[in-house]
Amino acid sequence: MEPGVQELRELEKCAAEVRLQIVQAMGPGKAHHFGGSLSAADLLVALYFYKMRHRAREPGWPERDRFVMSKGHGVPALYVCLARAGFFPTSELAGLKEFGSSLQGHPDMRKTIGLEANTGSLGMGLSVANGMALAARVTGLDYRVYALLGDGECQEGQVWEAAMTAAHYGLDNLTAIVDRNELQAMGRTEERMSLEPIVEKWRGFGWRTREIDGHSMSEICTALDDAARTRGAPSVIVAHTVKGKGVSFMEGRPGFHNAKLTDEQYRNAVAELEAGIASLGG
Amino acid sequence: MAGLKATRDGYGEALLQLGQEEPRVVVVDCDLFRSTRTAAFAEAFPDRFFEMGIAEQDMVSTAVGLALSGMIPFANSFAVFLTGRAFDQTRQQIALPAVNVKLAGSSAGITQGPDGATHQSVIDVALMRSLPNMTVIVPSDAEEARLATRAAAEWEGPVYLRLSRYETPVWRDGGSAFEIGKAEVRRAGRDVSLIACGVMLGRVLEAAEALAGERISAEVLNVHTVKPLDAEAVLSSCERTGAAVTVEEHSIIGGLGSAVAELLTEGAGKHIPLRRLGVADTFGESGLADELLAKHGLTAEDIAAQARELVGNRAG
Repeated sequence: MEPGVQELRELEKCAAEVRLQIVQAMGPGKAHHFGGSLSAADLLVALYFYKMRHRAREPGWPERDRFVMSKGHGVPALYVCLARAGFFPTSELAGLKEFGSSLQGHPDMRKTIGLEANTGSLGMGLSVANGMALAARVTGLDYRVYALLGDGECQEGQVWEAAMTAAHYGLDNLTAIVDRNELQAMGRTEERMSLEPIVEKWRGFGWRTREIDGHSMSEICTALDDAARTRGAPSVIVAHTVKGKGVSFMEGRPGFHNAKLTDEQYRNAVAELEAGIASLGG
Repeated sequence: MAGLKATRDGYGEALLQLGQEEPRVVVVDCDLFRSTRTAAFAEAFPDRFFEMGIAEQDMVSTAVGLALSGMIPFANSFAVFLTGRAFDQTRQQIALPAVNVKLAGSSAGITQGPDGATHQSVIDVALMRSLPNMTVIVPSDAEEARLATRAAAEWEGPVYLRLSRYETPVWRDGGSAFEIGKAEVRRAGRDVSLIACGVMLGRVLEAAEALAGERISAEVLNVHTVKPLDAEAVLSSCERTGAAVTVEEHSIIGGLGSAVAELLTEGAGKHIPLRRLGVADTFGESGLADELLAKHGLTAEDIAAQARELVGNRAG
C-alpha cells in the first residue's frame, strides 16, 4: 500500500507541475488566491493521483471517493488537478474566473465537472462531507469522503458543529485535512484569532489526529493511508504548510492571500517553478 | 371533517408513509423531533433519521451532502431558526446549485404563540421566496400538508415547506389532487378575490361566508404554493372580481401579499385595488395564537371588514 520511491518522485513532480499550472492559469495583472492554492497543491495531488478512486469519464460513479474543497478560495489548485485527471480539458484553465468560464472564482458544482459541492462561504464543507459519509451508511457503499479546510476557516463555528457530528456518528469513512499555513486574509492566524492548540482541539472533539509536513509527499500519503485504516472515529490530518509554497517571494507572506502579480513578478514566479520541475528531473 | 389538526401533523404522517415507500427519504432534525413531528419517522426508520443536535447550520449542510449522495433529505427545525440561522447555507449550497433538499420550517408564524417574538418566524417566506430555484409551499391544513410533503418528495429540487402548530379543522378532501404551483378556487365569487395561504384559509372561508350574507360575493383562492406563484389563476380571479385581499400570518413584506402585489402591478390588464393583511412590518410577541391573530387584524371579522370596505370603495 505504501507508495514506492518512484511513485513518490512522480507525485512530487506532478505537484511541481500543478504549482506552475496554477500560476499560469492565474497569470499577471488579475487578483487571485495564490497563497492558499499553492499551499494545498501537494495535498490535492496526493488525493487525486495517489489515494482517491475516481473516474473522469463517469464523474457521478456512485462508488467514487468524494472530495469537498471547503476552503473554496483555493479551488484553482483543484481545477488543475481535475483537468490533469481528465475531468475537463486543460485548455479550460486559461479561463479561470473569467466571464462565461466553467471555472468560477469559487466552486460551483453546476459549472465545473468533477466538483462535488458548492463552497466558498467558509465553514460549510465539512458538514457536506459528513452528509456524504452518512449517506454511504444508508446505501452500503464503501467510498471515502475527504474535506480540505483552511486553518483560518476553522474560526467558523460550523466547523466545530460538524466536528461534533462526525465524531458522534463515528464517521471513519471521513478524513478531514487542515491546510495549516498559519496565515489568513489579513495576517497571521494567531494574531487575528488564535487557533492553537489546534490538534488538541480536534482530539478533544473526538477525532483521531495526525500532524504532518504538508509538503512531504511521503508523509501525506502515509497519513492518508493510516486514516483510511482507522476504525470507529473520523480522522483529521493537520498539515503544516507554507502559504505561497514554491514561489519564494510569496512564501509566508499574507499579502499573497489574494493578490495581483506584476509582469515581472509573474515571470519570476514561472521561472522559479520551472526550475523546480527541472530539478526533479522534469 | 375529522377533529382539529395542525399542518405539522400532516407532515409527520406523510414522512412516515414516505419512509415505507421511498428508501431514499432521510430525515435530519435539531433536537426538536417531537415538535417537528419527525419522531414517528425516527422510531420507524432509525437508520435513516439523523439527530444533528442544536446546530441548524451543520444540519442544513449535512442535508446537502446527503442529497448529493442520492438521498432525499428532509431538514427540520422551527421555521425561524431553519430559515434565519441557516440562511447562508441554504443560499450557497441548496438554492444556488439547486440541490434536492427539502426544508421543513415548523411552528412558523405568529401562531407559534407563547414562545414569543424570538421563536415566531414572520419573514421566513420572504427569505425563501427571494432565493432562485426555491419552491415555497404553505399548506393550509393537515391533509394538504400531507399531500404537499409527498409532492415535495417527488419534486426534483429545493423545497421550503412552511408548517404550523396551529390546529384547525381539515377542509381538504382526503385523496384530492394536489399540484405544486397550482392555486385552487375554494369558493367561487364575483366581487372580490380573497387570496390566502396556510392556516389563514379557514378564517378566509368564514369571512367569505359572512360576506355572502351581505350579498358580497367573495372568491376564495388557496395559494398553497407561494413560489412559483400561479400567475394565471391569481390574475384571472382578480381581473374578474376587480379587487383583491391577501391574507397570511406572515409579514406583509416579502410574502404572499408582496408576491400578489408584484404580479398585479406588472401583469394585470387593469388597476386592481389590493389590501395585504398580515403582520405589518413588526415582530410578534408572547400570547395565544388566537390572541395574536386578533391583534394583527387576522380574524374572520377583520378579513370580512377589509373586503367590505374595498368593495364599498369601488362601488362609491
